[in-house]
Amino acid sequence: MVYLTRKAEFSASHYYHNPDFTPEENRRIFGKCNNPHGHGHNYTLEVTVKGEVDPRSGFVVDLKQLKEVMHHEVLDAMDHRFLNKEVPEFFTQIPTTENLAIAVWQRLESKLQKARLHRVRVYETPDLFVDFYGEE
Amino acid sequence: MKAHLTRRYHFSASHRLHSEEMSATENLATYGKCNNPYGHGHNYTLEVTVSGPVDQSTGMVCNLVDLDRFVEREVLSRYDLQNLNTVQEFAQLVPTTENLSIEIFEILQRGFRQAHLEKVRLEETMMNSFEYAGSAEPTK
Repeated sequence: MVYLTRKAEFSASHYYHNPDFTPEENRRIFGKCNNPHGHGHNYTLEVTVKGEVDPRSGFVVDLKQLKEVMHHEVLDAMDHRFLNKEVPEFFTQIPTTENLAIAVWQRLESKLQKARLHRVRVYETPDLFVDFYGEE
Repeated sequence: MKAHLTRRYHFSASHRLHSEEMSATENLATYGKCNNPYGHGHNYTLEVTVSGPVDQSTGMVCNLVDLDRFVEREVLSRYDLQNLNTVQEFAQLVPTTENLSIEIFEILQRGFRQAHLEKVRLEETMMNSFEYAGSAEPTK
């Protein structure tokens, strides 16, 4: 088994708010992230796929196809967007880095050919990242 | 849905690698420049990885404010800008980055209750790092 990781970057804004909480609870739990006008990050996405090396091509995965899927499913939808207002998953879920990693996994999983998704890592900043390995 | 969250922290400290159980010659042979009696310093980067189900009401594994506050109070304020050899746990224990990783893991495991502690990774320089995940190997 060989693991291959491809990186991509995108920039987006978000805010954290749960309509079931009171305004006071939202402020206490989410702090500055509760500002309804949003704030932004430069996200770095790492997608790791795994598979056997094809003896004819020497590849685990067609990198061009992986790049296209990442662009189409993630970057086109999220780059330079307000996640709460423009990405359907976050009309109902809070766009935390945890939920973002899960959403990226769900967008990519069914679209990849041959190689299997191993891990989605989303960096919100260089000092904070979340890993999702699928449902266990 | 279970996710792993990793937070990076930074602190600076000095240390001297020296074992009372070795002769001066052995210490020098084992630790080389790190045996300099005056000590030397590093900028350490600490990575703490915790895991757990993503809480549907908050979208979080744990509240980062709680993790930051705990690490600041129990780890960073203990080691930042200190000579590690003068800290209690290193009175008898050589303050290698291996031992420092284990100490930090145990501080977190004893006191941080808001998520499951997966591992601690400590970079001593950009060229070397150490991981400790308790008695078990890292899960991923």
